[in-house]
Amino acid sequence: MLLWLIPVFPLAGFAINGLFGRRFPKAAVNAIAIGSVLLSFLWVLKTLAAAAPLNAAVTERYFTWIQSGSLSIGCDMTVDRLTAVMLLVVTGIGSLIHIYSIGYMAHEGGYYRFFAYMNLFMFFMLTLVLAANYLLLFVGWEGVGLCSYLLIGFYFDKKFATDAGNKAFIVNRIGDFGFSLGAFLIFKQFGSLDIAVMSAHAAGAPTGMLTAIGLLLLLGACGKSAQIPLYVWLPDAMAGPTPVSALIHAATMVTAGVYMTARSWPIYVHAPDAMQMIAIIGTATAFFAATIGLAQNDIKKVFAYSTVSQLGYMFVGVGVGAFSAGIYHLMTHAFFKALLFLGSGSVIHALSGEQDMRHMGGLRGKIPWTFWVMMCAAVAIAGVPPFAGFWSKDAILLAAYAHAPWMYWAGTFTAGLTAFYVFRAIFMTFFGEYRGHHHPHESPAVMMAPLVVLAALSLAGGVLFKVPDYLSAFFPAREAPEDMSLMAISTAAGLIGIALAYLMYVAKPALADSFAASVKGLYWLVYNKYFVDEVYDAVVVNPVVEGSRAVLWKGIDAGLIDGTVNGTGARARDIGSFLRLWQSGNIRSYATWVLFGGVLLIVAMGLAGGAR
Amino acid sequence: MDVILFLIFAAISLVCAVNVVIQPHPISSAISLIGVMGSLAVLYLLLGAEFIAAAQVIVYAGAVMVLFLFVIMLLNAGRETAQSKSETAHLLGVPALLVFALLLAYFLRQRPEEGVHFGGFTGGSAEAVGRALFTAYLLPFEVVSVLILIAIVGAIVLARKEI
Amino acid sequence: MQQVPQSWFLVLSALLFALGVAGFLFRRNIVTVFMSIELMLNAVNLSFITFAYQHKDVGGQLSAFFVMVVAAAEAAVGLAIILTVFKNRETLNIDDISSMKN
Repeated sequence: MLLWLIPVFPLAGFAINGLFGRRFPKAAVNAIAIGSVLLSFLWVLKTLAAAAPLNAAVTERYFTWIQSGSLSIGCDMTVDRLTAVMLLVVTGIGSLIHIYSIGYMAHEGGYYRFFAYMNLFMFFMLTLVLAANYLLLFVGWEGVGLCSYLLIGFYFDKKFATDAGNKAFIVNRIGDFGFSLGAFLIFKQFGSLDIAVMSAHAAGAPTGMLTAIGLLLLLGACGKSAQIPLYVWLPDAMAGPTPVSALIHAATMVTAGVYMTARSWPIYVHAPDAMQMIAIIGTATAFFAATIGLAQNDIKKVFAYSTVSQLGYMFVGVGVGAFSAGIYHLMTHAFFKALLFLGSGSVIHALSGEQDMRHMGGLRGKIPWTFWVMMCAAVAIAGVPPFAGFWSKDAILLAAYAHAPWMYWAGTFTAGLTAFYVFRAIFMTFFGEYRGHHHPHESPAVMMAPLVVLAALSLAGGVLFKVPDYLSAFFPAREAPEDMSLMAISTAAGLIGIALAYLMYVAKPALADSFAASVKGLYWLVYNKYFVDEVYDAVVVNPVVEGSRAVLWKGIDAGLIDGTVNGTGARARDIGSFLRLWQSGNIRSYATWVLFGGVLLIVAMGLAGGAR
Repeated sequence: MDVILFLIFAAISLVCAVNVVIQPHPISSAISLIGVMGSLAVLYLLLGAEFIAAAQVIVYAGAVMVLFLFVIMLLNAGRETAQSKSETAHLLGVPALLVFALLLAYFLRQRPEEGVHFGGFTGGSAEAVGRALFTAYLLPFEVVSVLILIAIVGAIVLARKEI
Repeated sequence: MQQVPQSWFLVLSALLFALGVAGFLFRRNIVTVFMSIELMLNAVNLSFITFAYQHKDVGGQLSAFFVMVVAAAEAAVGLAIILTVFKNRETLNIDDISSMKN
């Protein structure tokens, strides 16, 4: 079935654009980059059509990568229903974003480099999705981290961009540490890193071991999917170009954690404590990030915190056992979050780089197309039926209620907050009077066309792609009764949020400022993201850096190691200087020493009995 | 008779040796050295080494010491003047020397063996020495002749005037 | 007593050798030092001959013979060196020839 072509098409695009793109005209770079992703997408369609209905997994083994003792790792790829959903999301949304980037990056430097990195990212992400064992998955995992670093720091002449790239990579490393330990334990327990082997034997493994594995893998997922406590890199990652934010930090890379957790469901199903931890972290993150999003003024930061929050929802879904609901939300979130980011990119492009919402307003009439697609995304994320977000979010909330009602109430309140901050952003941007100094102009067709497609998906995608039904054959069955009252409550929360945003930002604009003034302390805390970054700096980063500098660098490296090496040389020189005094040039003293040595020799010989 | 002979010539050699070391003028030391060599030749005779005794007198005392005398006279070496001492030599050397001598004497003394008398060893005749030189010890013999050649060349090179 | 104990020869050889070493260490004139060396060589010759008598082997005497030859060669070259040194340094004081210091 040649599954390997799916990731290799973008890899070829990366190689060609990376090596020769500097000399190509823009049209050629476009053709290679977009073409490779589109080819990948078409191949995905062909593969899925050929392998339908995918009741069992299709695995292809290519070559043995590592053979060491009892450890045997092959380069294997597998396609099953879960992979199918992910492949379609990654290649489909990826293609749309690549097309959009033609317009967005038209005036930026490093054009070929951007598309080369994007293609490389697609390669790694597809490897991650198709991997049949944890090690190949980890290759993709690390690779997307690398591409994220490269693309966040794309404007490498700006320090805040390169700092953000560093932060993303380093924080992810902490998560990767957990993932690695989890993989070690998996090998220890199951004797293999194959996912199929793990699935077959998970039921019989001791719960303690499974819980440990689950928690360690969760740490890795927290790093990659920006959950508490490792979410701090995602808002800073907005320093990269907007298509990067859309593709990597909304639709695909950050969902890798959710995907990996869903893939490891046999472990989690038999380690309920680890699953509970997932759900708790997800709920907490969803609420926490939503509160921060309420007070941000940079349009991309609002959506960044929104992403963190929505990822929390996906984790809740996985944590309460509704795996297919979590993946469902992954898909719908890809639609509307990518649209929100790309749309905000369109706004930023229209305003020649302005990102602060306080300098926007009244753009509804000036860039109508952008306004309408953003509106589609906003109603989707707010959970207004019958649009995409409603179906997926409700699936999660209902399952949460069945598991632990407090999670449902927290999730519903967060849904209200979500609706509020999204519509706050919409109203501040598109309604009222224009508060800036630029001349807004609509984006070109090459940028608008993908937005329109995404808008259609945001509206109808929930109905068109009934993911839970599709995945019900894959995951263990989960009874979540359709409770109309619960659905009504969550929908109402969303509508209340929209209404409140309308009230505070359109009807009575002064209300927002007076409210903020009345809860000044709380507002100050939320606006500064609860000072989490500062706390991390003080507690973790600075001690490590200072400790490294003082102890490891000055103490051990310069003092001990250099000291030993240099000291050996200095001691040799000192000994030499001392021995040099013996060479007096006086023949008689030399002769005396010879005599002395001779005496010693005779004594030694006599003692050894050799003179007999 | 052999004992008396030994005692006389051993005493002579010791006195002359002490003289070599003590005399301030090099000429006196050289003459004393000749005396040592002569008495040693007699002792060699006692030990049955006739050829070596003859060689000692002819070569050693007759040629090498004459060479020494020539050089001393050439250099016009005078009495040795009292000047600086070598601390190492005196501080370390005296005790080392005493210890050395005593050790040698100690180790060499304790051997019960036959006595030495004239005729006790007959293998030292010229014929015996010659036979051994040209059969068993041929290689060292030839090498030593090359050595002498080198010494001649070296001496000539070293002693001629710079041009 | 008609026979001389062999050890007496060896003791004599040791004493002569020690005297030679003493001359080497304590005299300042180069030529005298050289003669002390010759004294040492003679002492060694005596012990070689003694051992030849002891083992009834002519090889000991031949060793003494070779020692003599080498001593002669060494005397020739050494005296030539002393002449050269005297020409350069105008001194026969062994303590003044210390350019190998340090």
